[in-house]
Amino acid sequence: MSQPFAKLPAWADYGLLPLINLIVAFFVAGLVVLLVGESPIEAAVLMVKGAFGTGDGVGYTLYYATNFIFTGLCVAVAFHCGLFNIGGEGQAYIGGLGVAFVGLGLGDTLPWWIVFPLAIVASGIAGALWALIPAWLQARRGSHVVITTIMFNFIAASIMVYIVVQILKPMNIQSPETRVFGAGGQLPSLGWLLNAVGLNMRSAPLNLSFLIALVAAFLVWVLIWRTKLGYEIRTMGFSPKAARYAGISELRIIIITMMISGALAGMMALNPIMGAQHRLQLDFVAGAGFVGIAVALMGRSHPVGIVLAAILFGMLYQGGAEIAFDMPNISRDMIVIIQGLVILFAGALEHMFRPTLQRIFHGLSLKKDQTVPVIAGGGQ
Amino acid sequence: MSAAAIELIGVDKRFGSVHANRDIHLTIEKGTIHGIIGENGAGKSTLMSILYGFYQADSGEIRINGKSTKITDPNAAIGMGIGMVHQHFMLVENFTVLENVMLGVEGAPLLKKGIAKARAELKRLEQEYELDVDPDALIEELPVGLQQRVEILKALYRGAEILVLDEPTGVLTPPEADHLFRILEQLRDQGKTIILITHKLREIMAATDNVSVMRQGSVVATKKTSETSVEELAELMVGRRVLLRVQKGEAQPGEVKLSVENLTVRDSRGVIMVDNASFNVRAGEIVGIAGVAGNGQSQLIETIAGIRAAVAGRVLLDGQLIDIMGAADPGELRDRGLAHVPEDRHHMGLVLAFEEYENSILGYHDDPLYLKGPFLDIDAIKADARKKIEKYDIRPGDPNLKTANFSGGNQQKIVLAREIERDPGVLIIGQPTRGVDVGAIEFIHKRIIEMRDAGKAVLLVSVELDEIRSLSDRILVMFAGRIVGERDAEADEGELGCLMAGVEQLEAAE
Ligand SMILES: Nc1ncnc2c1ncn2[C@@H]1O[C@H](COP(=O)(O)OP(=O)(O)OP(=O)(O)O)[C@@H](O)[C@H]1O
Ligand SMILES: [Mg+2]
Repeated sequence: MSQPFAKLPAWADYGLLPLINLIVAFFVAGLVVLLVGESPIEAAVLMVKGAFGTGDGVGYTLYYATNFIFTGLCVAVAFHCGLFNIGGEGQAYIGGLGVAFVGLGLGDTLPWWIVFPLAIVASGIAGALWALIPAWLQARRGSHVVITTIMFNFIAASIMVYIVVQILKPMNIQSPETRVFGAGGQLPSLGWLLNAVGLNMRSAPLNLSFLIALVAAFLVWVLIWRTKLGYEIRTMGFSPKAARYAGISELRIIIITMMISGALAGMMALNPIMGAQHRLQLDFVAGAGFVGIAVALMGRSHPVGIVLAAILFGMLYQGGAEIAFDMPNISRDMIVIIQGLVILFAGALEHMFRPTLQRIFHGLSLKKDQTVPVIAGGGQ
Repeated sequence: MSAAAIELIGVDKRFGSVHANRDIHLTIEKGTIHGIIGENGAGKSTLMSILYGFYQADSGEIRINGKSTKITDPNAAIGMGIGMVHQHFMLVENFTVLENVMLGVEGAPLLKKGIAKARAELKRLEQEYELDVDPDALIEELPVGLQQRVEILKALYRGAEILVLDEPTGVLTPPEADHLFRILEQLRDQGKTIILITHKLREIMAATDNVSVMRQGSVVATKKTSETSVEELAELMVGRRVLLRVQKGEAQPGEVKLSVENLTVRDSRGVIMVDNASFNVRAGEIVGIAGVAGNGQSQLIETIAGIRAAVAGRVLLDGQLIDIMGAADPGELRDRGLAHVPEDRHHMGLVLAFEEYENSILGYHDDPLYLKGPFLDIDAIKADARKKIEKYDIRPGDPNLKTANFSGGNQQKIVLAREIERDPGVLIIGQPTRGVDVGAIEFIHKRIIEMRDAGKAVLLVSVELDEIRSLSDRILVMFAGRIVGERDAEADEGELGCLMAGVEQLEAAE
């Protein structure tokens, strides 16, 4: 009796419902904008224009989206196993160490197309190892990953401060960052891609890692729905009892899943470090690990949904910066509020409108039934 | 004559391409017990869900006491005096009986006043219908039979005049079931109307006044119970003659396949669930374990299947030890030819959120047959699933349908098909026909006997004494974790009943 009402057709479930949630979120955000004395319409126009209106706008939007795709995938993979990995932030942080290690060590001597694959592997391994301890604690000791991964975020932040400031920072630089990598430690920009559609990206930092993020999304889809490992992960996620019955080792699956999840978060570091700044700056993660949770929720843990949700959040970041720039009453914090509202409605309250929508759809299908005697196929 | 309690006129319901209820016309007289039977997936639960407002009919009319009504949700149903007792209880485990009964109808903003009123009302109901339960007992500490009584009290407390029970005896022991029917008769005599869904035709004959038969979404017959017979009902249900008791030849037991020695199992709280059990199962025989639910049978088979760890004893499969202490890996046991149909199909035997074909390989997903390297060979899996669907007549025959959307009996067939079609050397089966219709029972029983005749060792656990008696070549009786007796298939029912109730234990103690 889990589904009291008729099921929604897929397009309504995955398209209409998130859209309604978004509209409501923007509506409430509009009220907030109104409250501080600015025009919500103008703000909306500014946001969309800022995010998609210009070449560099698009470049920035997709640059941010790249981060969120990685962290969104990180959260989604763990979700499929019934685990809530809140540690994307810390795993990405430590992933940055892997990138810096390769970028500093090999960037001066090797070409980027050799350094890059090594950096991908290094960032993935670093992130995976950072997820290993919480995973092991969960599988062996039953310590909840929600708690341990949060704690590990703090530990990661402290470790990074120490390593960057005490070890990696050259004497002649004031800010907490490493030296700039050699040419081999810098990724090609994707300006040509935007040029191909007639946009000039100028200085926007969109780079090759965006394409890697898309590849990662595809590989995650393959992993979850097409491999034996993915089958085991989903079995564990839906029913640990059935997994036990099927001879799937809980310890093994939790550890592998968390390491894959951590590796995806770690790879997020490629984008800002190797792709944009060409050096490791202390705050490069900038909350992307947490945004990943919202992205995964909104994208229903499906890679396609995650890519779309990541682009939406990229737009909020980029367009939000534009609003803050052009509207004096709206500060950076206001933008955080608006992003928070989107997370609230699209993530946390995503099922709020479902029953109503189901009732409406049911009503519609009844009407149709009376005029057309035979209808076939619900929608799935 | 007064208006009928319920009148369904042309009720129709589809789920996508599945036509679950077709143009149903059904009249249920006030003050009667009306049975509804039908094959798995015939649409019984769907029809009751429509009556209770869980689903909306696509078309048709419902009249309650002669008045045409729209039942939009369960609250509306309760408002019209319809109460439902679900097969899976909807009780809050760590609340008391009283708290559960008054949940949602507290009656006053301050609990204290409501509680006093509820307690008095509950007392009255208990006395009126002889439904004894301690109002302050915690639900989780009550046996299922009593939990069900709480469900009935809950419905009566909300003023139910019409009571729907969907397969209420699936989880009950025979004495508990008898008690339930006495309660239902009493309710009927007080003027309540009762709808009873069950797969057990004997219960229909014993407890109902009228009975309707559903087949493939339609009501195909409604009869006075006194004017029909089990055979006729079975035939109406399935559309052909059904063998109600399987025929089988003499067993030809061979070498010992499974041997259990001094097995002792404790549960997580340290309570002994299986106490020094020893027995063996030979190739070509069916050994049945009879017993009232909760006497350690579940723990016994879960331990043998490698799901639960033992504290003492040995288990040998084909003469080779199974590591029951360190909890053997069920996957490894499967490779060694031990298949297991678990009692709890919803949580253990199936992943309800999976599509059917995904469940058709659960536990065998390591088999290269279903894989291409690390990838699932989805075409191969689906082709295999289709074959099983065909052979076991699983309906609807769509490997892409979500497993939760199959009816209970068809879910059971998915598990059975998966385990039996692997052709294991040893087959452990828990409650093979719980919630399964007579036609399918006949089929499942035949397959189990075919397994035996092909020289497999079968260990059968069932709370249905009839099932144990008609399938087993030897019967072991379990009571309080111990194997208290062994009898052959011809054993007297009364004698088995005494063993199951631990009577001999008591006598020995005196
Ligand atoms: N929510 C749903 N979505 C799709 N199909 C459904 C849904 N619920 C039920 N069905 C289908 O409707 C048909 C009738 O199911 P129903 O549960 O009413 O059968 P039943 O007679 O109660 O069977 P059983 O005796 O096995 O409990 C089945 O084919 C089932 O697969
Ligand atoms: Mg049913």
